[in-house]
Amino acid sequence: MQLIKRLCEAYGPTGREDRIRDIIRSEIKGLVLSLKVDTMGNLIAHVPGKGSKVMVCAHMDEIGLIVTFVDRRGFLRFAPVGGVYANRLVAARVVFENGTIGIVNQETRNTQDQALKFDKLFIDIGASSKKSAEAKVQVGDIAAFQQTALVVGRRLVAKAMDDRLGCYVLIEAIRRIKKKRTGRIGNNLYFVFTVQEEIGLRGAITSTYGIQPDYGLSVDVTMTGDTPECEKMAIQLGEGAAIKVRDRMMITHPIIKNRLVSLARRRRIPYQLEVLEWGTTDAAVMQISRQGVPSGTISVPLRYVHSTSEMADLADVESATRLLTEFLTCTIE
Amino acid sequence: MLKELSEAFGPSGAECEVQSLIKKAVTGHVDRTFEDDFGNLYAFKGKKGKKIMLVAHADEVGLMIVGIERSGTLRFKPVGGIDPRVLPGKPVLLTKDRIPGVIGHKPELFSKPDELRKIVPAESMFIDIGASSKEDAEKQVRLGDYVIFDTKFTDDGDVFMGKAFDDRLGCYVLAQLAKKEFDAQIVLVFSVQEEVGCRGAKIAGFKVKPDCALAVEVTSTNDLPLDGEKDINQAPFLRKGPAITVADQSVICDRDLVNAIVETALEKRIPYQMKPPMVGGTDAGAVHLQQGGIKAAVVSCPVRYIHSPCSIASYADLGLLERLVPLVVTKFIEEIKCN
Repeated sequence: MQLIKRLCEAYGPTGREDRIRDIIRSEIKGLVLSLKVDTMGNLIAHVPGKGSKVMVCAHMDEIGLIVTFVDRRGFLRFAPVGGVYANRLVAARVVFENGTIGIVNQETRNTQDQALKFDKLFIDIGASSKKSAEAKVQVGDIAAFQQTALVVGRRLVAKAMDDRLGCYVLIEAIRRIKKKRTGRIGNNLYFVFTVQEEIGLRGAITSTYGIQPDYGLSVDVTMTGDTPECEKMAIQLGEGAAIKVRDRMMITHPIIKNRLVSLARRRRIPYQLEVLEWGTTDAAVMQISRQGVPSGTISVPLRYVHSTSEMADLADVESATRLLTEFLTCTIE
Repeated sequence: MLKELSEAFGPSGAECEVQSLIKKAVTGHVDRTFEDDFGNLYAFKGKKGKKIMLVAHADEVGLMIVGIERSGTLRFKPVGGIDPRVLPGKPVLLTKDRIPGVIGHKPELFSKPDELRKIVPAESMFIDIGASSKEDAEKQVRLGDYVIFDTKFTDDGDVFMGKAFDDRLGCYVLAQLAKKEFDAQIVLVFSVQEEVGCRGAKIAGFKVKPDCALAVEVTSTNDLPLDGEKDINQAPFLRKGPAITVADQSVICDRDLVNAIVETALEKRIPYQMKPPMVGGTDAGAVHLQQGGIKAAVVSCPVRYIHSPCSIASYADLGLLERLVPLVVTKFIEEIKCN
């Protein structure tokens, strides 16, 4: 629980994942044979075993805001990095890499009746002039949401659970696999903590190319269809790990999907089948790397994705961890 | 050379005229040149040390003939991103033979008032080469023929005007760089088909597999007079020096490279400006995702009215970019760690 909190609260917008990488590295070093950081910044951990080369990834980055302009009075204009919703930003707290805190707010003249657009929003860091603002923040600096992670009953409320929950699931799987005897690991495992997922799955493109796996799996979050008047979707919070069937950019390879379903049934791990109509994950580019890699996804259901307060169910996190551990340790024929 | 490059015929997919100009300019200054099957031109210099790739794209935005009407007028589609507002009434040249034509539109005299207020999509415009019939037109053009803007290069000593500065200015800077010596392997790439999706650079980046890459580009200025003097972004400006990219739609530039570029500019007292983030895309976007990932960054010359029949750039900005790029290459050679 402490680790999930730390992962979610840490600063790590797209392109600025260093701190997340440091946390993960310190958690898994000693548990893996080797750790390396590639050119793009992906963290790659190798846990050797007999059998197929399996790559599993979760992305370290979260959505962010990049400063485009500092005005005369020290207000910052910005552009979104990744899928940021303008209407979820007003009054949000943000933090820059150097710790500078800001709040987002909006132009009020002539904007009441309009859909909120990014060019009507600004960040206030409490500066009184361009000069004092630029002493702290420059054009090109990237802010992330600033939000404390809270446990509310069985549920967790935090920012950046997309995809720090995935990172957590991978770390936890490494720990559980380590407890088994090495001889019982049925696959040659590469755990990859990727960068720049939110702006086009970029870290996964290069890391998959480098690793050249036989099979690929991503662990990410998925939306739910269980909030008032939401888009229809057969995923509910607390009903188990989601096994992806398809999303906007990928149809899960049947080998992976069927295997995940049969493992979940055999081990009595709660699961739900996921058809996501709006997004995708790193697995979409893994499956078309080089000559093609059969790929799939285990998702953790998440409400209010890409907001300052996302909500997950801890039982789903556990189901995803169990399912991943089973998948990775049993030989894929 | 700027004039020749600007006036050359080279829309995406038909860059040979540009490539032969560049080849002529760099031959004798580099170890060897090579053209791949896709049309990218490579110039290699130096045999050992770090491998540094510089890329500028040879192609420009243009039009392609997609239909010939019974009347002899020609339908076209843009090749690359062109704002339809800049098209009507502009003189154009068809094919490498440079057949003159004009982008026709409905005359004002015969237009209804509401038609005059509307922006006409490119699909409803046509090119008129003065042909009297379909048969007459077909004697000169075929479907798939390329069209460029008919714009002469001019200059007044301070600024210069012409077409295709995007990215012939980058090509020019790279051709000048070919004359310099470095303690590394330098690969200059003149890429094709950037304007339709950075297609040439994907192939070039994969093939060259450099330790790091720098795209030398142009960037649109945003420095026109604003309504009511609002305190919002107007960068990049003409005459304020090369623009440095932190991130655009296609790439988050490697941090070490960006820092090295900024440090170089500061140390050598070269004025520079930061490009507003998350706007546009360049070959760096294509290159950085090749192989297991390639460190990449972008520097650009500010230019007014890119992707239009006539752009304006300043000799001061271009001169500063020409100074900055070789210094940056030296800095990369000295300081950038490679895997």
